[in-house]
Amino acid sequence: MKNCKMKNWRKSMKKNWQLYVLLIIPVAYLLVFRFAPMLGLQIVFKDFKARLGIFGSPWCDPAFKYFIKFFNDYNFVSIIKNTLVLSIYGLIAGFPLPIILALSLHYTRQKMIKKTIQMITYAPYFISVVVIVGLLRQFFQVRGGFVNQMIQILGFESIDFFANASSFPHMYVWSGIWQGIGFGSIIYIAALAGVDPSLHEAAVVDGATKLQRIRHIDIPSIMPTAVTLLILSTGQILNIGFEKVLLMQNSINTVASEVISTYVYKTSFESPVPQYSYSTAINLFQSLIGIILILIVNKIAQKYSESSLF
Amino acid sequence: MLTIKNGVNKKKKIHSDGVFTVVNYIILFMIFIIVAYPLVYVISASFSSSDAIIQGRVKLLPVDFSLAGYEAVFSNKSVWMGYANSFFYMIVGTTLNVITTIMIAYPLTRKDLIGRKLVIGMLLFTMLFNAGLIPNYLTIDYLGLMDKRLVMILPKLLNPFNVIITMTYFKQTIPKELLEASIIDGCDNFKFITKIVVPLSKSIIAVISLYYAVAHWNAYFDAMLYLKSVALRPLQLVLRDILIQNQMSAEMMSTMDPDSLQVQENLAVLLKYSLIIIASIPLMILYPFVQKHFVKGVMIGSVKG
Repeated sequence: MKNCKMKNWRKSMKKNWQLYVLLIIPVAYLLVFRFAPMLGLQIVFKDFKARLGIFGSPWCDPAFKYFIKFFNDYNFVSIIKNTLVLSIYGLIAGFPLPIILALSLHYTRQKMIKKTIQMITYAPYFISVVVIVGLLRQFFQVRGGFVNQMIQILGFESIDFFANASSFPHMYVWSGIWQGIGFGSIIYIAALAGVDPSLHEAAVVDGATKLQRIRHIDIPSIMPTAVTLLILSTGQILNIGFEKVLLMQNSINTVASEVISTYVYKTSFESPVPQYSYSTAINLFQSLIGIILILIVNKIAQKYSESSLF
Repeated sequence: MLTIKNGVNKKKKIHSDGVFTVVNYIILFMIFIIVAYPLVYVISASFSSSDAIIQGRVKLLPVDFSLAGYEAVFSNKSVWMGYANSFFYMIVGTTLNVITTIMIAYPLTRKDLIGRKLVIGMLLFTMLFNAGLIPNYLTIDYLGLMDKRLVMILPKLLNPFNVIITMTYFKQTIPKELLEASIIDGCDNFKFITKIVVPLSKSIIAVISLYYAVAHWNAYFDAMLYLKSVALRPLQLVLRDILIQNQMSAEMMSTMDPDSLQVQENLAVLLKYSLIIIASIPLMILYPFVQKHFVKGVMIGSVKG
């Protein structure tokens, strides 16, 4: 049996050696840039000193010192809360809109209208975070920003949105939706195009209205896609759009904008004493929760909707 | 009795479908306005005079048409340098990304490849789990990539998500019989990939090229962490300084010929709008060409396989 396997090995190697040659660079990449850093994760159990390096730094005592430090950090509750608020708000507000846009486009006969709207709604997806935050600053400016101009037209006092912690989550989430709605709808448009037309024909013969067809045919057909996307985004719950938050942050709105990942960044790169071990521990905590969430939601999805990721 | 009932039903149906169509157009129109208006506003503002922007006279079309903002941006050296650097990272990076993606994706679709499951497992694992900010930073440091151009390219050589969609595409569009037939015709694996797989996969290559190009063009965080030299900085870092941290270089202000602090401030606002347009143009030009491939490429790729 073993012999036979060895033989197969050799035969396959000989026949497909070129495929193995192709794999060398990609696999080397994975090992060097994706797996090697995982060795560095041991610093969560060490008192990392740059001078001594990852392997030379002494083990810390107690082993979970940095995790304990995190749970006792006076920022702990607020950064967890901010992270959850931003991502769950984004998830709930952002999930149905691309589906609605996709359905709307799907039931639009005029090709011209359809094409134009697709073209325009995809565009913001290609704008960089830096530019998006730059736009937000311009639009929400107290003087001359067009949002405040509208507020003044309506007869209210202008508001300094960036100096106002309570408006931070709304600006963050809705600018994200503005940017992603069109691109997010592509996958649903494709799923809707794949619905068996005979289902619709049969429904029309039975006298179903368009709304009924959406409810009983289209929605169930795109459910698997929606569930898959939902599972994927749940895993990202703690992994909130770090770059954008960091760019939008200022000293006044940190109350609402300090999230796990920005805190990780600050404890290591913006603090006078870089705390590599500590911030890596926070980061690891975040990733582990993310994976656990994915697995749980995946299980639930398996049980109730028969569609899951793995 | 039955016919009457049917008649009523039909009327009701037509009526409610009419309502549906109207409501549908209203929804579409609203989404369209909400997405398009800020875009149009930025374009118009960039071609207006700074006074018109500050006084709120720009509503839809440019007011007091002027190119002052663009003149200021174009005469700025750091913007040009950022532009050149970003183009370099984007073009070299994307080319290598696409080649490497095909190099891993195709072999992984071959069922007769031993070790295939292991490599796929590695890929999936990296999608779920990342070592995080500090370990990655330390790795880059150990490898001596700090402050080198390569740091913008090598660490992002592969995106596992793009590999997976490419694999799925290959699986669905390259039939096994094709490989068998080509082998009989004396084709080896290299030839099969370059002569048959790649030409048949134009849509997915277009789509992943765009994804990679967008990632390179918009990357700012890696640059901020790893690049210290001003000469290597990509456009996004230059943008951050001007748009978000309000750091205008003296050179930029002097070309604006300011009479007072007020005028200077107003011009700064105008310059930002022009800068936003200029920074976004390359991708806006690129994506309509790829758009027709989206549905085919993204759809096939995203069906889980």
